[in-house]
Amino acid sequence: MQRVVVSGIGVLSAIGLNREDFWDSLAHGRSGIGPIPEDVGPAPEVGMNQVRFKNGACLRGYDPEIHFDRKALTFMDRFAQYSVLAAREAAKQAGIEWTEELRESAAIVTGSCMGGRATEELGYWELFHNGRNRVHPLTIPLGMSNAGASHISIDFGIQGPSFSISTACSSSAHAIGQAFWMVRSGAAPMAIAGGSEAPLFLGGLKAWEAMRVVSPDTCRPFSKNRSGMILGEGASMMILEPLERALARGAKPLAEIVGFGMSADASHMTQPSPEGAGRAIRGALRDAGMRPEEIGYINAHGTGTEANDCMEVAAIRAVFGSHADRLSISSTKSMHGHTLGAAGALEASASVLAMVHGVLPPTANFTIPDPACDLDVIPNEPRALQVQAALSQSFAFGGLNAVLAFRAYP
Amino acid sequence: MPETIQDRVLRVIATTQRLPVERVKPDSSFEELGIDSMDSINILFDLESEFDIEINDEDAKKIRTIHEMVDGVTYLVEAKQNSSQQG
Repeated sequence: MQRVVVSGIGVLSAIGLNREDFWDSLAHGRSGIGPIPEDVGPAPEVGMNQVRFKNGACLRGYDPEIHFDRKALTFMDRFAQYSVLAAREAAKQAGIEWTEELRESAAIVTGSCMGGRATEELGYWELFHNGRNRVHPLTIPLGMSNAGASHISIDFGIQGPSFSISTACSSSAHAIGQAFWMVRSGAAPMAIAGGSEAPLFLGGLKAWEAMRVVSPDTCRPFSKNRSGMILGEGASMMILEPLERALARGAKPLAEIVGFGMSADASHMTQPSPEGAGRAIRGALRDAGMRPEEIGYINAHGTGTEANDCMEVAAIRAVFGSHADRLSISSTKSMHGHTLGAAGALEASASVLAMVHGVLPPTANFTIPDPACDLDVIPNEPRALQVQAALSQSFAFGGLNAVLAFRAYP
Repeated sequence: MPETIQDRVLRVIATTQRLPVERVKPDSSFEELGIDSMDSINILFDLESEFDIEINDEDAKKIRTIHEMVDGVTYLVEAKQNSSQQG
């Protein structure tokens, strides 16, 4: 069993199109939530005018043609573009020197909840609305949820074990955890792992609207007057490699990834259970060989919904006991939105960057304390505090949970 | 006798919950009918179709009983009729 470190991070999000801007926003508690552009539909006459909620966490100033030529873009849904760009930034930070041997054996594990469904929607619009008898021939390769992993593999020439995981809002936490275990066991000498999501298209937005879980204004996790989640788009990828390999090539580890826990609630598709969440948290601590008292910060799932927040606080209290009151906890979804299949990766990256910089990102938009969420949720103001270990928690619809544990690297 | 609004609400609940319509009474509690949060969202969706109305999220969150469902639907149906008469 090898020690595994994070040696590179890449991010695209509503609060920054790269890692540095992402961190700068988190470290200043700046939210990227605002109006979703009108043109989310398959035709000009159908767009946000048909959606009851108005706000989301959208990438601002993103221009795909800066990064990809037109031919390449023909083959990529937005979610796949985000995957590749986040992977490029992570690999660049890690300073990977690509040899033939490394390309043949490196792994790619990506998570996405919805994949390229925006592209599928365009195809179905032609079929069901425009009365055409055919859809675009690239609908399948653009729509499939593994397109992110496939495009990373093509972009880098990586030929090792590569696959995608789709477990709704836990997808990329599961992906990072799986990649961590593969590197730890020696099954792969290095991995690119994370997730990507581009869910801001009309059919998808209408589906979330129908679930009545989206806020009419903003995401206020753990606030008494929280009113639901805010959908976000983005991606984050990490480079995971053995500590010894990173040190041997002179790379600077950002943090050590030390634990991964998974569980299933086995109860309800949309009502999460504190027992299931607690089992995943305990699993991550056990896998890391850590006592609960060693954790200083938790990046919470913190969706800002009725169903999640009280459940999550109950789970934390059950696992940590009296130490729960000494934990610093925040939900960065209050700034980058709920990026679904990318959420676990964005939040794992936020957790690592918090330890790198010695600053804990706050829960933004916090207004009124909720007695049912009576933990220290770092309301609104970032906190200068160097913690030695952090958890990143993901609890998906369908009751599938994934928790990652990281240690600060000195 | 034509179906009243209450009859129609009870029928929608029975259909959505796959229960015999006799089982669904105005005084039945959600617990008795096995209605959880997701079921409730399903029922509201079917009520919107049945009556061609739109139930907003804030009002939807407050509904805890069948009486409140019937009252809410009645209010929205009357509001719709009034606005169409004015229009």
